[in-house]
Order: sequence, then structure tokens, then C-alpha cells
Amino acid sequence: MLTDRLAAVFHEPDCATNRAKSDTARKAGCRAKAPTPGAAAGGCAFDGAKIALQPIVDAAHVVHGPIACEGNNWDNRHAASSGPDLYRRGLTTDLSDLDVIHGGEKKLWRAIGEAVDTFDPPAVFVYQTCVPALVGDDIRAVCAVATEHHGRPVIPVEAPGFVGSKTLGNKLAGETLLEHVIGTREPETTTPTDIALIAEYNIVGELWQIAPLFERLGLRLLSCITGDARFHQIAQAHRARVSMVVCSQAMINVGRKMKERWGIPYFEGSFHGLRATSDALRNFARLLVARGAPADLIDRTEALITEQEARVWRRFAPLRDRLAGKRVLLYTGGHKSWAIVSTLQDMGMTVIGTSVRKATEDDKDRARALLGEEGTLFGAIPNAEMYRMLKEGEADIMLSGGRSQFVALKARRPWLDTNQERHHAYAGYEGFITLAERIALTLDAPVWDQVTRPAPWEDEEAPP
Amino acid sequence: MTSAMTSAPTRRKALTVDPLKVSPPLGAALALLGVDRGLPLLHGSQGCTAFALVMLVRHFREAIPLQTTAMGEIETILGGTDNLESAIRTIAAKSRPSIIGVCPTALTDTRSEDMAADLRGIRDRLADVLGDTLVVPVPAPDFVGGLQEGWAAAVHAIVEAAARPRPRATGHVTVLAGSHLTVGDLDGLRDLIDGFGLTCTILPDLAGSLDGHIPKDWRPVSLGGTPAEALPDLGRAEAVLALGDHMRPAAEALRDRTGVPVTVMETLTGLDGGDRLVAWLTRLSGRSAPDWVRRDRSRLQDTLIDAHFAVVGQRIVIAAEPDLSRALVTLCTDLGATVPVAVTTTRAPDLEGMPVGQVLVGDLDDLETATRAAGGCDLVIGPSPAIRASTALGAPLLRVGFPQVDRVGAQHVALTGYRGTREMASTIANALIDAHAGHHGHPPPSRAETVHDQRPHACPAAAAD
Repeated sequence: MLTDRLAAVFHEPDCATNRAKSDTARKAGCRAKAPTPGAAAGGCAFDGAKIALQPIVDAAHVVHGPIACEGNNWDNRHAASSGPDLYRRGLTTDLSDLDVIHGGEKKLWRAIGEAVDTFDPPAVFVYQTCVPALVGDDIRAVCAVATEHHGRPVIPVEAPGFVGSKTLGNKLAGETLLEHVIGTREPETTTPTDIALIAEYNIVGELWQIAPLFERLGLRLLSCITGDARFHQIAQAHRARVSMVVCSQAMINVGRKMKERWGIPYFEGSFHGLRATSDALRNFARLLVARGAPADLIDRTEALITEQEARVWRRFAPLRDRLAGKRVLLYTGGHKSWAIVSTLQDMGMTVIGTSVRKATEDDKDRARALLGEEGTLFGAIPNAEMYRMLKEGEADIMLSGGRSQFVALKARRPWLDTNQERHHAYAGYEGFITLAERIALTLDAPVWDQVTRPAPWEDEEAPP
Repeated sequence: MTSAMTSAPTRRKALTVDPLKVSPPLGAALALLGVDRGLPLLHGSQGCTAFALVMLVRHFREAIPLQTTAMGEIETILGGTDNLESAIRTIAAKSRPSIIGVCPTALTDTRSEDMAADLRGIRDRLADVLGDTLVVPVPAPDFVGGLQEGWAAAVHAIVEAAARPRPRATGHVTVLAGSHLTVGDLDGLRDLIDGFGLTCTILPDLAGSLDGHIPKDWRPVSLGGTPAEALPDLGRAEAVLALGDHMRPAAEALRDRTGVPVTVMETLTGLDGGDRLVAWLTRLSGRSAPDWVRRDRSRLQDTLIDAHFAVVGQRIVIAAEPDLSRALVTLCTDLGATVPVAVTTTRAPDLEGMPVGQVLVGDLDDLETATRAAGGCDLVIGPSPAIRASTALGAPLLRVGFPQVDRVGAQHVALTGYRGTREMASTIANALIDAHAGHHGHPPPSRAETVHDQRPHACPAAAAD
């Protein structure tokens, strides 16, 4: 039952948000604070589940629902692939009212068959959405029979939009992987330095900024859940020696259950920023050595960190003056709430405030410690207030996602995209330099001067 | 001209691959954003709004005011009336919109919620909070049609909710603009109407709201568009001009409510379309066309001549909603191209009459498959997601329609009237010129070798020309 799986997520013991709750609040679930109708932003659980699984690049992702669920939504993120691009196809049953009246199961069955015949994928993910959930399409049963019939996993993803938020959907996607995928295949070989990344989606190729570091250290990325993943790589994730949960809010349940089931220690971390990246590498080395990897890994890791950080600072030198003292308003969420703060501070900028939406208590503590006296921790900032802060020049630049960009742009202030629609990769040591360059280019762009210049008629109207 | 189409076959496939269609509530929301201080509200789960919003943001590169009733599991089981009321109360109090358009989604429609009845009760209970704010139910659920149908339903609903009987007003035109018209088209249309000494009200008017301007302050509602005060007066006009066949029901409703005569023009693209409009305005105004309009017509004719050399005999395939398809097919065939395949989103009246090889109600995968089966093409015209099909077909993509997520300024590209047609004719010709650049044929191998052997410094390509 879906409710059982929801309960498991609501009671996730390693979720910092859950830990901070009372027993009754935990029972009420992740949606204890329901969104306000008419003043809500953000996606639904289906959205979250799709985001978390779609980066599996060689699988077919079939959305069982009306056109809104996929027609308005396909191929709209920049999760990158090094090979197959089946994951970018928009596949849907496009339910009509007749399908709803007759029930959508038969159409889904045929759609799965067509996906298998056309694309011959190693696996098919079938996403439940509100309408078929409401009319009672049993996608679990359809998927079970289809798995048998087509001789490959056909996996039900039961996260219809109405069950809750995008974050909840991320976690339900994690539960899906735990139930149907992880542990279903043994890797051909294993090494004492096999690692897994959890909730790293390879947005605009960020994984590829990190992968060379692993290679330098002799770490083998056995499984990335789910960025640039092939289906079989997810299936063998249970043989990793250590795992890292990159976005804790999204898939902490996967890290915790992999630890319980297969004894894989995990840590929470981020690749956004120098300190975070170096910490992540140190954590991998420490935990791998504790599990029997050669002890020199720790020294080699320190050597790599020293080398990489020195290299970053050499490359950063010409940018330093352009960024020094600039005031940033950061509007993001999750682990980025603190990870980007430390990055910007390392660049010599002042963060006047960061938002801690979708952040765990732990994330918030870290952000608070970093900001100290000079910055404010925000929840959601009303757009009008954000506009005022920018227009009145309290910040020189805003870093945020696509939704809030126009608040900055209509205030004629510099803005840089740091969310999933971004076009540049900001992970690891490479990403630090890329981010610094992009901020400098944005701040110094000639356009800001032009759009704040008075119009000719304003001069005319001015008193002589 | 190719033979009339084979009849649109029923799609038998169960799996849509790369949808061309977006959801009707998205179209309805977009139409409501064409009313000044408008705010659309989708009655469904948060994702219904989030997906539509992100797509609109990516196309227009503008803030999109769009709200959700945020239906959760409990409301889905027990009914969404409370969420609807609470959303309307919050929006009315916080954002003070002139109009709240409420669209059901597949979620609430499957529940068979009687939204119109709910709204009547809510309007009564919230009279104090709502004040002048108009609350309009827009029956455009996800199941029927695409953007165009949702847009049409919204305009129809606004007419039904707002238009009042008014005396005829000489010299004023009410324009009901279809979803296939861009900001650039509306600007051109307004200039033309003005050129005949007439005034107009355009509904919806995206040229006022989503034209990409920078307002003086932050507003949580649409930044312009048809003034809300003009809505009761939609019938205070000498004539109603409906642009696009999908505007017909709204226009007829306006005629029935107000008695004002209606003219429907399916397309204003092409010389014929431009001429029809100019003739109509001439009759209505009793004035002859101003000099600049005459000059524009002459320029268009000259461009049609210049452009046709690149286009005649070429094969162009089209993926667009029905009324945009009509416009594009008209222009392509006027220029002498053939259209072996046109893929569209829904069965619309008279699609069978289009001079194309085959009309399919389908997706972008159908576009690729049918075009390949028909022997390929030289150019694809469609929205941004058609890039995959166009790459697979080895033909360039000319981006037209919705969404265009990889273009800046898409809303300013016009394709109607003398000017818009001229621009689009040039664009089509230029795309084909680029596609065939360097294709000058090849000299016969033996001759080329001989020339090359004997005269090593000569250019064989030039010799072959």
C-alpha cells in the first residue's frame, strides 16, 4: 500500500527534519505543514519522483496520466548523459476522458509494450499520477505482469502528485529504487574503493567535474544514483564500500537503508564549494580506509586536496578584485543553502542573506554558523520584499533559481542561475572557478549600466 | 499544390512519444494573463501549476503569475471546495487581481467536482474580500485538446462572465485574438486598425502583458493586457473580429449576448489573409487604405517573388496546433512549397481541406516517422521540442509556436498581415537557403579529374557551375 510506503518516509530516522519533530508531528507526515492554497510554490510528488529517477539515461520513463503531467514537463531539466538519450524522450499514455471511464490499465499495458518494442530499454519506469491513482488503476499489477512478459524490469513509481511535495516525491523515488532495483544485480568485479553517490543528478554535467578527482584517488564510482546512470549501475549499488548522500533532503532514506541492509556507511555532503568538496573527499578516504582500503589513501587524498586548492587559488587570483566585498542575496534551498554560502565567502563576497527552504535542521545550523552576524537566514521571502531589497541596492547580485529570476531582472539587478535550469556546472574545484567567472561576468556585464540609464525624455523633463 | 489530404487516421498507438500537445489549462492560464491584472488559478495538485508555470517562463522569459489550489491527498478524497475557497481568499487579499480565472485540471475533473456551483457559493461568501475582482470558471480540463482549446475556453468564459448588452459604438472593433498570434502580430494588427481611424479592444492582449517590458514596480498579477473595465463593454463595438477558427464559439457567444455582428477570419497569414483584413477594415471604416499599408502590400509581393525562388518545390513539414498549422500551410504553399506532412494536436473543423499530403493528430515522433515514410523534407517548422525530429530527418528546424525554450524574443516574431507575412516568408526562404548552401551539384567525375589533371590551379566547382 502506498500509505505504508509513505509512513516509512515520514518516520525516516536519519532525516534531520524528522528527528527534530515530536512523535505526533512525525505521524502527521512530511506534509504536516500543508501548502497554502493560493500562495504555494513548488512541484508535486510526481515531479519529485520523476526528477530523481529520470537521470537514469538508458531506461524508458513512461508517465501514466493526462497530457499535463508529461506534455508540459518533458525534457525540461539539464541532467546530462554521456551516452544514451532515451531518458529525454517524452513518453506518456496521454489519458483522455474515455480512458478514464474505461480505466487506464489496458492502455498502460499497450504503452509499455510499445516502449519496449520501439526502444528495447533495459528497464521501464512507470509513473503513477493523480488521475489513474484516483480511478484505481493498479499499476503495480500491470508492471508485475509486464515484467514477466517482457523479460525486463517494469517498475511502478507510485508517487501521484496529490500525496505531497516534490521532496516527498524524491524520497518515494528512493523507496522505489530500494524496493525494485538496488541489489538486483551483482557487479562483475568489486574493489575495496568502490563508492556510490546518492541524489547526485549530473545537472549540466556536474558529476564530470568530480569524477576525475575520484579517478586520481583510485576510487571507482560503482553507482551514481542517479546522474548519468545506466540501469544496471543502480542495480549494483549495494556493493559500494561507502556512499555519500549529496542532497540529504532528497534521498537520505536511500543512504540509511543501504547502510542497514548491506552495511554501507554513508555521509552527507556536497560538492558545491572548495571546503565542501575537500571535506567530501576526506570523508570518502576515512570511511574507505576504515573498511579496509589501503591506509595511504588518506595521505594521497590530503595531497590531492592541497594540490587542487592551490591550483584553484592561482586561477582565482585575477578574479579576486572583481568579486571582493560584493553583496549577494542567495535564494536557494536544501544543502545549497550553506554550501554556496561558504563558497561565496571563500571568494571574498558578503552574503547578506540565504534562504533555507527545503533545508534540514542540520543544513540550517550550518548556514547560521557561516553567516554569523552579517547575514540573515530567510524562509520564503515574498517577491515584493525581495524586489525592494534588490531595487534599493541592498544586494549587488542575486543567486537563485528560474522562478525568482524576474524579481531581480525587473529590479534591473544582476542575477545568476544556481538551480537546475542553469547552463554551467558549479561542482568541485573546477566548478568553483566556473562560478567565480560567471559571477564576475554577470556583475561586470555592460547591460546593467544600460538598463539603469535615464531615458532621453527624463532628461527633457528634468528642470534646467 | 498537392492533392487534398488523406483523412486524419485515428491514432491507434497507446504510447505518445515526445508530445506536441501541452495541456488546455496552460492555454487557459495564458489567455487569462492577457487581461490586465489577471491571475489564473489551476484547481489541482501543485504540479499542475508548477509544470505549466515553468514552461511559460521558459518560453516568454517573463514572470508568470499562476496559482494553485494545492490539492493534497485528503482534499482529493473529500473534495476540493475548501481549498478552492481558501485559494481565492488568499489571492484576492494578497494580490488584488482584476480577474481570477479558475481552471479545473484532470484531477478535479475526474472527481467530477461541480466547480461552477462551488464558485457561486464562494463568490457570495467572499464578497467583501473580492470587491471588484471577477471570478471566472474556465471549463478547460486536461482531457480535451491542447493549448488552443484551453485558450478558447478561457476567452469564451470571460465573454460569458463579463460581457453585457451595450449600444453599438461606431468606429470601434472588438478583436478576439487566437492563441496562435504573437505579441508581434497584435502590435501589427493594432497599427493597422489605427491606420483606418478605428479604435479597438483586443482580448486577450498579450502585447500588453507578456511583451517583455520593465514595469516601475513589482506586481504579483499580469503586467498589462485588456483592461478589466473594457470587459463588460466587449459588445460596445461596431463589429467583432475573431481571429482563428478556435475563437468562433467565443465570438458567437458575444454576438448572442450583445447583438454585435461577428466576422471570423481563420488566418491573416499570406497575401490573401492580409487582403481580407484590409478589405474588411476598408468597408468598416469607409476609408481607403493608407499609403503605408499600400506600400506594405507592395513590399510583401516583392518579397514573395524573391522568397519563392528558394522555396518553390521544396518540401516543408509542420508541427503546430490547428490554427497555426493553417497559417503556416497557407504561407508555405503560397510560396510554392509542398507540405507532405502536418502534425497537429486535435481534430479541428476543416483540417481536411488543407492542401497537404497528410494531416496527423499526433506527436513529434509521428512527425518524424510520417515524414520519413513520405520521402523526407527540406525544412521542419514547429516548436523547440521538434529539434529531435528535425535532426533525425536531417532538415533544419524553424521555430514557430509554443514552446520556444531555446529562443530569445519569440513573442515578437510576427507572421500575420502584410508585414508579418513578409517577415515570415523571408525567414522560411533564408532557412532553406542556409539548408542548401553549398549544394551546387557536382561536376561529372571523369571531367573533373581531367580538368584537375591538366589544369591543377583551376577550380572544378566553378567550372561545373
